[in-house]
Amino acid sequence: MSDLREAAALEGHASRSAGLRHAAILVAVLAALLVGALYLKRSDVYLLTLTMVYLMATLGLNLTVGYAGQMSLGQAAFFGIGAYIAAIALKAGVPFLAVVPIAAVACFFVGLALGFPALRVQHHYLAFATLGFNVLVFLVMRNEEKVTGGTYGITSIPRPTVFGWSFNGHYAFYAFTLASLVILGGLVWWLLRSPWGRAFAALRDNPIRAESLGVNITAYTLLAFAIGAACAGVGGVYYASLVEFIEPGPFHFSVSLMMLLAVIVGGSGRFYGPAVGTIVIILLPELLRSSNHEALKFMQKWYLVFFGLAVVALMVWLPGGLLSFRDRTLRKRSAK
Amino acid sequence: MGDFIQLIVSGTATGAIYALAALGFTLLWQAAGVINFAQGEFVMLPAFAMLAGMLFGLPLWLAFLLACVASAIVLGAGFKFGIVDPLIRHGVIPLVIATLGLSIAVKSIVRAGYSAEAFPLPSPFPSGQFSIAGINVSNSDIGTLVLAGAIVIGLQAFLNKTVTGRAMQAVAQNTDSARVLGIDVRRMVLYVFLINAVLAAVAALLITPTYLAKFDMGDSIGQKAFFAAIIGGFNQTRGALLGGVLIGVLENLVGYYVSPAYKEGVALVLFLAVILFRPEGLLGKAEERKV
Repeated sequence: MSDLREAAALEGHASRSAGLRHAAILVAVLAALLVGALYLKRSDVYLLTLTMVYLMATLGLNLTVGYAGQMSLGQAAFFGIGAYIAAIALKAGVPFLAVVPIAAVACFFVGLALGFPALRVQHHYLAFATLGFNVLVFLVMRNEEKVTGGTYGITSIPRPTVFGWSFNGHYAFYAFTLASLVILGGLVWWLLRSPWGRAFAALRDNPIRAESLGVNITAYTLLAFAIGAACAGVGGVYYASLVEFIEPGPFHFSVSLMMLLAVIVGGSGRFYGPAVGTIVIILLPELLRSSNHEALKFMQKWYLVFFGLAVVALMVWLPGGLLSFRDRTLRKRSAK
Repeated sequence: MGDFIQLIVSGTATGAIYALAALGFTLLWQAAGVINFAQGEFVMLPAFAMLAGMLFGLPLWLAFLLACVASAIVLGAGFKFGIVDPLIRHGVIPLVIATLGLSIAVKSIVRAGYSAEAFPLPSPFPSGQFSIAGINVSNSDIGTLVLAGAIVIGLQAFLNKTVTGRAMQAVAQNTDSARVLGIDVRRMVLYVFLINAVLAAVAALLITPTYLAKFDMGDSIGQKAFFAAIIGGFNQTRGALLGGVLIGVLENLVGYYVSPAYKEGVALVLFLAVILFRPEGLLGKAEERKV
């Protein structure tokens, strides 16, 4: 008995110190991002901001894919809905802090409406439904010129002004986005720690057992999907404000595929998986594109080829994603 | 009225091509439990193979036969041994993701290595049209219908009437029982992959003259194939046929009477309606959940 208590105390101590270490690393990384960007070129700060904006969407997608175990191929559509709502509302003078929740709630309800029929049936149907939804949303963006500006898009979208502070400059907007990302990430983290989030994990690991314990699978999966959609909507608002110009192109379903692959490549169901994945799909190719070096130019042309083949290889050898590498080597060592 | 019938005929022809891609997709799902997200690229590659053959001066029929052989080797056997076999033990999702990765890689290889342009391919059927009772029908529509119809009927006959075909159906229905009955399951599954690859090559022959060979031509065909398969019923080969034709015809009607801009959305709306009211598909049988 005392052994047990001792073991529990030890474990509690270990997890507390791991938590502290985690917090310390997080603070250090955030501080480095905040200070380091002061010394970066304007275009690099822009790229970092862009990566964070996409990370908002992939963070949400990780809820659907990693925690609820569903495939969603329409995240770019929600990202786009958020962006168009932001473009229209911000230009009409709605304050930024009101636009963010409007976009989140709108995407949440669209997600519910789409997920409801798809989730009543087999799990891979959500993938097809979201894929088709993305195609449809893209068509609406391109064709409803009165609302969306068609292929010409919507120009001169303003950057946010919050309580009289303007975040117009590139660094100011970068810092603002970073802070918002931390808040969004914190909310997702809190959600996953709550009894609610634990039900998600139970559902992914063993849906039949979870159901027999009284977890309503369909309701939880639907909520995970809708919350994921809301996160993408928020990301879309920041995207519109960052780029200051939107057109249908960035919301094509191929972008949804890349977002899904980002989550999987990073490590689905791991909190930092989307961050790793988003760096691979957004930051690296954009950095390659902006460089003038000959060898890198070659890489830029063939990047997607390597990426696609790497995804196949990753699924063969490391289906848990890049972040599962450490677990796997640890497991191998303990097996010996 | 004349317009209406013309739209139905040409829609059925397009739908028959969707059905060919959907048929392979359904067979793969039934026999091997594989959802192939690169199905559209499996149509795009033979199109470019035929194009390459014709650049070397081959006649279309020879280029097509070579494309079928190459497709069976690379997209049939190669796909099975290289990607599906090592991955199937991880479950469906990693395999789906791998086929997504494959689809991106293949598209990018064609774009970066060859060209991002669209290329025409000559039609296998004589051009021109004829009219019956005031309704104009193009030769290529009729040719497409006849060829696709013959392939579907031939495939059905093969699956139902031959020993090999029935063995393949047994594998699709219950792999373990099939194995107990002494059926060579591995060989039957390989046949399914080969059939899928050849069907894709035929779809390429039929669709490329109208829709042109382009690195991303598979996006649209692949999606129509998924939707056709689900609308008709994932576990029924006849379902793929019905789903494909239904999508082809409705797309044509919507494009003409409602708005050409929303033609591409037809498949999704039909799909949502089907999963709301008849989730097993129009011809499908409900599957018991395996615990």
